[in-house]
Amino acid sequence: MAGPILEVENLSVDIPVPAGLLHPVQEVDFRVERGRTLAIVGESGCGKSLTSLALMNLLPPRARRTAGRLALDGEDLLGLSEREMSNLRGNRMSMIFQEPMTSLNPAYTVGDQLVEAERRHRRTSASQARDRATWLLEKVGMIGAQGRLRQYPHQLSGGLRQRVMIAMALMCEPDLVIADEPTTALDVTIQAQILHLLSDLQREFSTGLILITHDLGVVARLCDRVAVMYAGQIVEEGTARQIFRTPAHPYTRGLLDCIPIPGKTRRGEHLGTIAGIVPSLVGAMRGCHFADRCPHAEETCRSAPVAFRDGVETGHRYRCILAPDHGPDANGERNRANGRTNPE
Amino acid sequence: MLAYLLKRLGVAILVALTVSLITFSMIYLSGDPAVALAGESATEEDIENIRRFYGYDRPILIQYLDWLARAVQGDFGQSHYLREPVARIIFERLPTTMWLGFLALTFALTLSVPLGVLAAIRPNSLVDRAALTIAVVGQAMPSFWFALTLMLWLGIYWRLLPITGTASWANFVMPAVALGYYVTPAVMRLTRAGMLEVLAADYIRTARAKGLRPMRVLFKHALRNAIIPVVSLAAVQFGFMLGGSIVIETIFAINGLGFLAWESIQRADLPMMQAIVLVLSVFYIVLTFLADMLNAWLDPRIRVV
Repeated sequence: MAGPILEVENLSVDIPVPAGLLHPVQEVDFRVERGRTLAIVGESGCGKSLTSLALMNLLPPRARRTAGRLALDGEDLLGLSEREMSNLRGNRMSMIFQEPMTSLNPAYTVGDQLVEAERRHRRTSASQARDRATWLLEKVGMIGAQGRLRQYPHQLSGGLRQRVMIAMALMCEPDLVIADEPTTALDVTIQAQILHLLSDLQREFSTGLILITHDLGVVARLCDRVAVMYAGQIVEEGTARQIFRTPAHPYTRGLLDCIPIPGKTRRGEHLGTIAGIVPSLVGAMRGCHFADRCPHAEETCRSAPVAFRDGVETGHRYRCILAPDHGPDANGERNRANGRTNPE
Repeated sequence: MLAYLLKRLGVAILVALTVSLITFSMIYLSGDPAVALAGESATEEDIENIRRFYGYDRPILIQYLDWLARAVQGDFGQSHYLREPVARIIFERLPTTMWLGFLALTFALTLSVPLGVLAAIRPNSLVDRAALTIAVVGQAMPSFWFALTLMLWLGIYWRLLPITGTASWANFVMPAVALGYYVTPAVMRLTRAGMLEVLAADYIRTARAKGLRPMRVLFKHALRNAIIPVVSLAAVQFGFMLGGSIVIETIFAINGLGFLAWESIQRADLPMMQAIVLVLSVFYIVLTFLADMLNAWLDPRIRVV
């Protein structure tokens, strides 16, 4: 039972575009331990969604995936044919998408779509599968689960549809669930419910979970480990505590600075922003991807690729050639981050 | 679902009534029907007799209601030319036209839907280009010209198929192809466009994320959604085909409703023309209604009134 449920080494995605070759995901590596949660955070376009699609081998047709190693529970995924891969999808690894309003087929009932997910992979009867679907709909907090099976997606609200999507992902008791911004399209009040649900179910079924999000507040409360992505690369990775208390990469610190903290951030006070724009990912890029926006960047940052360095604590690493406590305001940021993580 | 059905049915009946009113007023479009019937050398007295004989002296509303009441019961009056009940002649000819229409639509759908799907799976591929060529040629070619070309090559030069008549199934091949080809481009392009749109939808990605096999994703999850506009279009096109069958039946000398319509126009046989227009319109209305029902079955969102 030892060993991580998912190992990813040197994962890259390339997409040919008219201007050249786009590198939306570059040399990403991480692992997800059994029954643990890894958060991948970053702003829009940083490659987090494509990373998750690459794991499932659901990339758009023109995108090319390369990796040094990609293994689910020790089993290599890179050598699998599309047919073998489809045997794992929805079975041992499943995915929850960002858009519950459009992710369910409008022409079929909820029950049909749930049952189908199980019967593709298991030799169960239709009624057994329906029983499991009902049980899971109850698990995800839907009242009158039996009757819901006969409903069509358009008869459900966004929050309910996302609950259906979660139930669908759990139909075959997967080892790993990838949730790609599962709450972004939902009302704020529903967001918290859905996240707690995900977290509860993840613990109950001891499933590995990759939670892709740009909401750092969510990460602080629900995740064991955090990988921060910027412009196609992981720039910092560590436990949630390490990332929030001792952020080392200037980008991570900038991100944390952008969050208002109730009771600490004064009304009318300026929230942090990160100056500049995300670099184009077309063509080869040398040096640190964040250099153009980094307040501490030096000439050396731009000249050579930046390798990972280990942080003070084990399991913490970051891509920055400068020391972790660089910069005059590092202490202030750490204090704010403390305030954020305390309530849990 | 029942509420939706009743609503569509109500609309269909209203449309049918409107069509019947327009059809009825056709008699008066070309002036006084009694004068037209009586001929050039008729006396005032003859015209008056004819007017009374056919009931043209009554108020128009009464004439319409009387005509409608009879039509609903299947009585369209006597043909002015053939001196036989219109209904009997029409129902003799109707099966031939229906059969031709059915064959033409079957040909059109079996050609255009699979080609549209293939073109959408591999956009800009060889199949897509071939399908586009077929569509453009079909769109550009008038059906009477295509019919004559078929006749010339398949019928006369190569002697593969009989040219005219309705003696065997072989007689229907060329007319059905000529008539159906006319419908193919629109259906094919709409299928392709619909499939392209649906294949990019989030729920297709969900289906793949469940590990479903490509064929199941394509036929269960994609085609059902993509085919909805195609069903509506096919019903409309079938209506056009009934009109187009006038040309095709005349070219191939097929004794159907279209041929009868053409003959009746030449003979100025008003009751016959009225009846043909009404029957074809009602068919069209029924088809549209069936297409609505089929779509409601395909897409549950339509069922919400």
